[in-house]
Amino acid sequence: MKSNTMTIDGVEVPFTPGQTIIEAATAADIYIPHLCHNPEFKPHGSCKLCTVQVNGRNCSACTMPAAEGQQVLNNTKELNETRRSITQMLFVEGNHFCPSCEKTGNCQLQAVGYYVGMLDTHFPHFFPNRNVDASHPDVMLDLDRCILCELCVRASRDVDGKTVFGIAGRGMQSHLVVNADSGKLVDTDMSASDKAAQVCPVGAILLKRTAYEHPIGQRTYDRENIAEVSLEHDHALSGGEHG
Amino acid sequence: MTPTDLVALKDIIQRHGAQSTELLQILRQVQARFCCVTREAMRVIGDALAIPLAQVQAVTEFYSFLTTEPVGRFDIRLSDSITDHMLGSRELAEYFCQRLAIRPGQTRADGAVSFNFTSCTGMCDQGPAALVNGLALTRLDQARIDQIAALVDAGTPLEQWPDDLFRVDDHIYRRSLLLEGAIEAGSAIRQVFDRGREAIFQELDQSGLRGRGGAGFKTAAKWRFCFEGQEGAVPGDPTVNRFVVCNADEGEPGTFKDRVLLNRYAHEVFEGMTVCAALVGAQQGFMYLRGEYLYLYEPLQRVLEERRQEGLLGQGILGRAGFNFDIRIHLGAGAYICGEESALIESLEGKRGNPRNRPPYPVTHGYLGQPTVVNNVETFAAAARIGLYGGAWFVAEGTGKSTGTKILSISGDCTWPGIYEYPFGTKISQILQDCGAEETLGVQIGGPSGTFIAAEEFDRKLAFEDLATGGSFIAFNRSRDILEVTRNFTQFFAHESCGFCTPCRVGTSLLRNMLDKICEGHGTPHDLVELTHMAKLVRTTSHCGLGQTAANPILSTLERYPELYQERLKDISFEPGFDLDGALEISRRLTGRDDAHAHLEQVG
Repeated sequence: MKSNTMTIDGVEVPFTPGQTIIEAATAADIYIPHLCHNPEFKPHGSCKLCTVQVNGRNCSACTMPAAEGQQVLNNTKELNETRRSITQMLFVEGNHFCPSCEKTGNCQLQAVGYYVGMLDTHFPHFFPNRNVDASHPDVMLDLDRCILCELCVRASRDVDGKTVFGIAGRGMQSHLVVNADSGKLVDTDMSASDKAAQVCPVGAILLKRTAYEHPIGQRTYDRENIAEVSLEHDHALSGGEHG
Repeated sequence: MTPTDLVALKDIIQRHGAQSTELLQILRQVQARFCCVTREAMRVIGDALAIPLAQVQAVTEFYSFLTTEPVGRFDIRLSDSITDHMLGSRELAEYFCQRLAIRPGQTRADGAVSFNFTSCTGMCDQGPAALVNGLALTRLDQARIDQIAALVDAGTPLEQWPDDLFRVDDHIYRRSLLLEGAIEAGSAIRQVFDRGREAIFQELDQSGLRGRGGAGFKTAAKWRFCFEGQEGAVPGDPTVNRFVVCNADEGEPGTFKDRVLLNRYAHEVFEGMTVCAALVGAQQGFMYLRGEYLYLYEPLQRVLEERRQEGLLGQGILGRAGFNFDIRIHLGAGAYICGEESALIESLEGKRGNPRNRPPYPVTHGYLGQPTVVNNVETFAAAARIGLYGGAWFVAEGTGKSTGTKILSISGDCTWPGIYEYPFGTKISQILQDCGAEETLGVQIGGPSGTFIAAEEFDRKLAFEDLATGGSFIAFNRSRDILEVTRNFTQFFAHESCGFCTPCRVGTSLLRNMLDKICEGHGTPHDLVELTHMAKLVRTTSHCGLGQTAANPILSTLERYPELYQERLKDISFEPGFDLDGALEISRRLTGRDDAHAHLEQVG
């Protein structure tokens, strides 16, 4: 085997030292399902959808550094079933009503659901009581749909330099909070042009008056599946760095 | 907030140097002073520490002992460990609430008192136990509860409550290498100076000492790695800030041996930390003391002060120019997850206790991103004696792979619950005999995150290669309901999950609900399949040790007692996820119909 290579499902994949498994996979056009990972931000590793098996042990592809000789299993029946269960767990944890959600067709959770072959939510729903915050003139916050990926937290803190969001509570009581005395988004320095307003993978953070710019049926994941969209997006970001 | 309150709040902040790493310590004091952390207080703290309000809220809401709504001036929390249950705590809870005229989770209208449950407080050998304003109450019974209720109603300040309510006994029943006698303060540090770093490293190496928290990483290797740094680094590079952290967040239900070490062997623990500092080149140490052991805080501070007076801490330790090291005690606030070393470090930094991604490991990227040794209380106590007596002395006890001894906290169904120090390799049957356990059905080794073993396994041994344990050892006799034990453990994990990763956050709650359904008699064979599936998923995909072990109680009892689960199942192919009869009760009452046709056929 050449140096700086590993295998993913038996296929040799090169990597550059410092890359994570998911970065190396993306560069090699291999999709590993993920939700909390976005190559624009520091790896997080919380959703566990990108769970792969490395030399027999499960780990998160988005945080695990690629290393010489790793034998990675990704697209296996067992791992795909695990990912389906995790996706279903995210669905029952919140309140996700796809048919009435403005984000349908553009939602990564929904698209991943299709990708992993999810036909129902399987587990009993928790039906939590969560709030909608429509106070901000341009940005809508619907916490029913939040999957706690912390992308908005990271974007606001690391890109916008504002720290509009945070995660409070513990365990199943974990919830997104905003940085204002009133607890309302309108009283933060959030603006519609913020990175944090663009990164939500689900419909928890929405830009007002843009919901139906594209009719249902002609939206991102109506045209292509999430594997294709994700690889295009992530390639564009890595700027051909990995050839 | 009144001007007086604001002054008091600002005073608390100033006493902590307005450092963001002190956030949790500040919040603890705010909670103690004001019975809650109000939004206004969060804003003042955030402004003073130059951190966003959202972060102050995030931290406040993470820890069980911090509240955003006011608790009573006497905040009572009854320990909800299985060992407390076995001593009748749940029945006492009813009596307690009745006497205080409140319900669990409530604060009485006059603001005098609140009552709640809390995870194991580490008093399993003298329960049922509780905390009042964070201080441990032991050996509760109706008479003591009457006494407490009267003190609450009279508004008697805690300092004037009878000492006996707070009496904590050590209950040491078996002593070996670590608990026999005491070492002279400073004697192990002197060895490092006299014999040199490399000699002591070799003693540690030879001792084969492995971390006593349960994971069992080789102590010598960890310390050496911290000293040497990563490949290419200059060993002991003086420009690098290194830290020594003692993990005294003894949260595993059924564990209380660190409580005794800290009460009676604190000098040796601090000595071990100082030896570590000398070896790895650290200047600052921390002890992360679980909030439940608040009563040990002042005594430990006094020990630290004594050591400073004797030149065993501070500048130029034992007259050695250039060797400066001191230790600060950082209190937890009710979060089991902070026993996980990277979550502990986050908490030390004043943050939520979310475990970090690893690699990198704390030994290279720990406190404030600097190389950090994190070890259990017992590990430091052992290291001090190994520094003094040498590695050969230690390997004289134990097995090849598990050298030395292990201190056990024994509780549950036995005559003499307490502290027992055994050489590794001791059989479980021997231990049961020594503590006076009879008619034993099974033993939970290593707490809820460990293993449940049945009677036919009592020939197994205490050892990393067989039954590893951080120290928890709970005996159950034949009168106990294993499923209720499993349920208590499963609820514990759902309560303590930090919520960072999906499998543990959602999975531990799903497991709790599934097990409740089966225990309450609404489960079908399908539910058992689902339970097993979810248990395996949580075990294999969770982010840290909490989630990876949260399903152990279910998986280990399912393996040993499948019939107990089977007996609870309904013999039908479909059973709704809720109590059907319970749900229909209102409509049956309203319609006045309760005949056979108002009931769904629920058989085969």
